[in-house]
Amino acid sequence: MITKRIIPCLDVKGNKVVKGIRFKNHQIVGSIVDLAKKYSNDGADELVFYDISASTEDTIVNKDWVSKIADVVNIPFCVAGGIKSLDDAKTILNLGADKISINTPALDNPQLIKSLSNEFGSQCIVIGMDIKLIEGQGYLFAKTGSEKTAYATNIKAIDWLAQVQDLGAGEVVINAMGQDGVKDGYDIELLKSLEERCFVPMIASGGAGGPRHFIDVFNETNVDGALAASIFHKNEFTVLEIKEALINANINIRI
Amino acid sequence: MTVAIVDCGGANLRSVQRAIELRNMKTTITNKKSDILKASYVILPGVGSADSVMSSLKSNDLVETIKNLSQPVLGICIGMHILFESSEENHTSCMGIISGKIKKFKFKDSFKVPQMGWNKVSFLDNAQKTLDEHYYFANSFYAQVSDDTRAKANYGLPFSAVVRKNNFIGCQFHPEKSSTAGTKFLDYFFKSI
Repeated sequence: MITKRIIPCLDVKGNKVVKGIRFKNHQIVGSIVDLAKKYSNDGADELVFYDISASTEDTIVNKDWVSKIADVVNIPFCVAGGIKSLDDAKTILNLGADKISINTPALDNPQLIKSLSNEFGSQCIVIGMDIKLIEGQGYLFAKTGSEKTAYATNIKAIDWLAQVQDLGAGEVVINAMGQDGVKDGYDIELLKSLEERCFVPMIASGGAGGPRHFIDVFNETNVDGALAASIFHKNEFTVLEIKEALINANINIRI
Repeated sequence: MTVAIVDCGGANLRSVQRAIELRNMKTTITNKKSDILKASYVILPGVGSADSVMSSLKSNDLVETIKNLSQPVLGICIGMHILFESSEENHTSCMGIISGKIKKFKFKDSFKVPQMGWNKVSFLDNAQKTLDEHYYFANSFYAQVSDDTRAKANYGLPFSAVVRKNNFIGCQFHPEKSSTAGTKFLDYFFKSI
């Protein structure tokens, strides 16, 4: 049986890994290549690199670090941030990334999902959804790389989820904006409100603070993976420690 | 000893190349007949779609060349699919080296499509039991279990994780992305085929 995935997420800005709280006040936490290597050796199932400067500053991600990652890790990794065209995607994939994740450019131009999926296959195409509950209803946010540029759209999460699957997305990352960097658990309510309408792999993001949160999200929802940043970057827990706790809780995990 | 990695238009050639370079083997990424013919090993890497890979092989006039190779050939993911007769992916007719058709996974219960992640692989022959590990899969299409199956995995139904016909090996998973398990599988390919 396929295992649940533990996915460290590295927010990248200016060739360094950074982490903020609720998408603000980013601090440098280390070098991209060193952290990629460390997490891969610790047993991460996959890595996500999110260039938070790219989407907000209208530049495509600086390509050099993608090939450096491909040289040091032998697990899959996904690159996100500012990928707006087939050419952008092709560049990133050819440098060794396995998947690309798009967020704001997909909201601006949903047909991009279809052309990416037709060209590279849906298994390469991940849609990142930054969601905030407003009066009990999940809405999409765009340009969330910086507090200055982030804005609410009038697109409901449940509608967007259906649309991206129709257009050929192969995976969705559900990022609960209210939970980002707060470390009091994944947003189970939000995930549960979306899971019945999701027929592609779904990844939980935002709120991981300790092993209990991973156990809860896998026991209470049917997500395929859980993404986390702060707890790994700050050395609060290693990937292996989280995985051991999950195995003790009888969750199907690769070690 | 050169390993020819056939450039069939798909992406992610670098990861395959890197996995082989780490073994101190020489690689060439190529779509030239002469490079492929003189290589000690040939790899058909697999990201893209069956139809895009087949049309790339056809436009470089490589289909007959590959079918007639006698050195070990490894097809990865889509590279494995095109060894079969056809694929349901855009109704593509493939090379027909291995009999059978590639089918699409259907969403049922909690089995989402594509299959994405680490799945447990079981080899059928006791000699390869040390290769029973989790490997990384990313696929919507699969080969049914048949006489050519050498290893199985399960995703709602059993499917072929590794197939072999003479010097042609296919793996549904990505060894280049499967950490130490993938390295061991590549050892098996380079040393035992």
